[in-house]
Amino acid sequence: MSSSAIAIQFLNGLASASSLFLVAAGLSLIFGVTRIVNFAHGSLYMLGAYMAYSLVEYFGRTPLGFWGGVMIAGLAAGLIGAVLEIVLLRRLYQAPELLQLLATFALVLVIKDFALWVWGPEDLLGPRAPGFDQAVAIAGRAFPEFDLLLIAIGPVVLGLLWLLLTRTRWGTLVRAATEDREMAGALGVNQAWLFTGVFALGSLLAGIGGAINIPREPATLGMDLSIISDVFVVVVVGGMGSIPGAFLAALLISVIKAFCIGIGEVHAFGIDFSFSKLTLVVEFIVMAIVLVIRPWGLLGRPSAVARGPGTVEDPLRAPPRPLLAFGAAMLAILVLMPLLSDAYTLVLLGDILVFALFSVSLHFIIGPAGMHSFGHAAYFGLGAYGAALALKHLMPMEAALFAGPLAAALGALLFGWFCVRLSGVYLAMLTLAFAQITWSIVFQWDTFTGGSNGLVDVWPAAWLGSKTAYYYLTLALATAGILLLWRMLYAPFGYALRAGRDSPLRADAIGIDVRRTQWAGFVLAGLFAGLAGAVYAFSKGSISPEVVAIPRSVDGLVMVLLGGIQTLTGPVAGAAVFTWLQDTIARNTDFWRATLGMIILVLVLAFPRGVTGMLRRRFMREPA
Amino acid sequence: MLSVRRLNAAYGRAQILFDLGLEASKGEVVVLLGRNGAGKSTTLKTIMGLVRPLSGEVAMEGRMLTSMKPYQIARLGLGYVPEERRIFTDLNVMENLEVGRQPRREGAPHWTPERLFELFPNLGRMQDRLGGRMSGGEQQMLTIARTLMGNPAAILLDEPSEGLAPVIVEQMAATIRSLKREGLTVLLSEQNLHFAHVVADRAYIIEKGQIRYTGTMAELESNAAVREQYLSV
Repeated sequence: MSSSAIAIQFLNGLASASSLFLVAAGLSLIFGVTRIVNFAHGSLYMLGAYMAYSLVEYFGRTPLGFWGGVMIAGLAAGLIGAVLEIVLLRRLYQAPELLQLLATFALVLVIKDFALWVWGPEDLLGPRAPGFDQAVAIAGRAFPEFDLLLIAIGPVVLGLLWLLLTRTRWGTLVRAATEDREMAGALGVNQAWLFTGVFALGSLLAGIGGAINIPREPATLGMDLSIISDVFVVVVVGGMGSIPGAFLAALLISVIKAFCIGIGEVHAFGIDFSFSKLTLVVEFIVMAIVLVIRPWGLLGRPSAVARGPGTVEDPLRAPPRPLLAFGAAMLAILVLMPLLSDAYTLVLLGDILVFALFSVSLHFIIGPAGMHSFGHAAYFGLGAYGAALALKHLMPMEAALFAGPLAAALGALLFGWFCVRLSGVYLAMLTLAFAQITWSIVFQWDTFTGGSNGLVDVWPAAWLGSKTAYYYLTLALATAGILLLWRMLYAPFGYALRAGRDSPLRADAIGIDVRRTQWAGFVLAGLFAGLAGAVYAFSKGSISPEVVAIPRSVDGLVMVLLGGIQTLTGPVAGAAVFTWLQDTIARNTDFWRATLGMIILVLVLAFPRGVTGMLRRRFMREPA
Repeated sequence: MLSVRRLNAAYGRAQILFDLGLEASKGEVVVLLGRNGAGKSTTLKTIMGLVRPLSGEVAMEGRMLTSMKPYQIARLGLGYVPEERRIFTDLNVMENLEVGRQPRREGAPHWTPERLFELFPNLGRMQDRLGGRMSGGEQQMLTIARTLMGNPAAILLDEPSEGLAPVIVEQMAATIRSLKREGLTVLLSEQNLHFAHVVADRAYIIEKGQIRYTGTMAELESNAAVREQYLSV
């Protein structure tokens, strides 16, 4: 690249960094004070963009119309954030962290369908900003004026936030509450309004971040989840809760991305390598490197010991006799199902079984091992693709069915080595990063994985070709997998896993190699998720990168949390309820996401311990 | 001033306090003595609303505190100084004080940073120091100063002498006596009997979550049997 091209790519990177920083700063503030990982933050960014588009169209494309529209869209996003906090999240501060996550994800679904209903499915590109619609010559090349303005906005907002946080009483209280909100409360600080205020400010930043981007990037229905994974990365790379860290990370990632686009195709050592294709994963690679070298981010600090009543998990008990009898009865019914039901129900049941295995394997590492994975789809996908590719290139279906899980286990072996070195939110983000890397490899390697088209003609062997035969195969493998995973939790290995979760130090002191145990748990969970993926691939006959995408990971989390994390049977119940709901709702309404989201919200508010937790309390007379 | 009646509290399924009762009248320094794990900290936390009681009443100047949130209790004029100090380590001394600041209150001493720096001269010399860069003794002074910024009428001190060098313990005792002179009601928990003798008017002895003995410090002084039974290690 010439020096002028380098300069332009550098400026491009800085321009993209501003919006990213605004959104990330908002997320970081909200997380710092409320400790809620707010998935819906990306939705407020999306709403900001859509609202700004409509407002600018309404006010007219004048400077006042444009900037007025952007400001009002930001303020509206802030107001929506405040309302969401008061109506919903305020009820969940005492709930387990993963349940809060589930609630905010339900909000994502609801807001996405709201945007679909109001603005329709088309992408909406805003007008150029009046007054900033020309280009200037920089290093002999044309560079948009508007991008120069964006470059300035980032540092200005950083400065304003710094003043707000260090020079006002409100900012001091926010910083105090970030560190120890219970103590701040004992000193007379009303947390409720502080939290609402922080939520409003964070949402305002997200809204403005979306609104100022409309001249450069269209408002789309997919931008909520794509930005949320970007800002998660920025916040984690910068260090949770550090605003300057978020700024630095936004600059770093945006500039590296811009250079990847700028470099484009490179031909070296006889290999063609496309840097522009790397843009989809480069931020995750940066994050993986940063987290391994500095586990708390660039400017973050080791998180203090959590304050307040910690969530102590009840010990796992042996299943009571009535439950065993119930399980046996269910299994008997499932075996008889092909005689009783139509083909459609059989396929749905097959799906439920596959996802039950998937969610039990996810529960295995989230619950007993205490490792919150946001990227379990990686292993489901590796299983599916591993099986499909093995069938295409190497072996018969019967063998490919087991090659898939092996591929997933190998992936988990590699990723797990990094993951077990972290904990909490950082671990969750790293698992998400690995899933995203897997996704983008699958998505882009056209010649091997079929790229976005996926792989077709992945059918089971002839003797398993009938719906009934494949159903029995699914039933046998899923049941065996689930029972094996459960059995392991009552084995010494399972005790070691739970000891490592409850007290890593003490477990270490009695001779348990905690990391190695967790690593083994990670690989086992990956193996069985891969089995679920392989069975899934052959049941559909084709697969696409969707099996590795973020929504699949989230589905798994929803199933586990819906069922209740404290129970072994929870994930199975959650998978059944979720898969059935998704199928039923999708057939009956265009707005299935919103319906599903509302159902999840109601369930979360009504049963904060999950569906099985509620049942257990009711029928086994456990204290609340 | 402060009265606790038949208080029961639990963490999960483990009950810690059993029908606990105690009183502190205005301007009195009352000490809650007991061994590790007897329930001293839990008592103070439950009074402050940080632990929700199973049953029982906590009242201050006739107002029921039992169903209130900690911030409401603090705003009514009850200050709380935790055992672990819990200084905001990312905030400097002045900012830590700012977090504690509440409006002036009738019938309670009014504190400003300047007045507090007279009481704690060390703090006045390090106003810009980050909480995380202070010694244990300095942090202990700051945590009391921070609570006083709320202009409380009564304060709860959880083991103020714990982990401090002897000379700092002396200062702490002097501080508590001067708070008493200001008219503050003080309820403190302690394991250090000598310290309790220097500062307190009256004592309660707690064991296994129940009050076992109550009397003036002089009475406790002359009752070797009680000291032996509940306090000796």
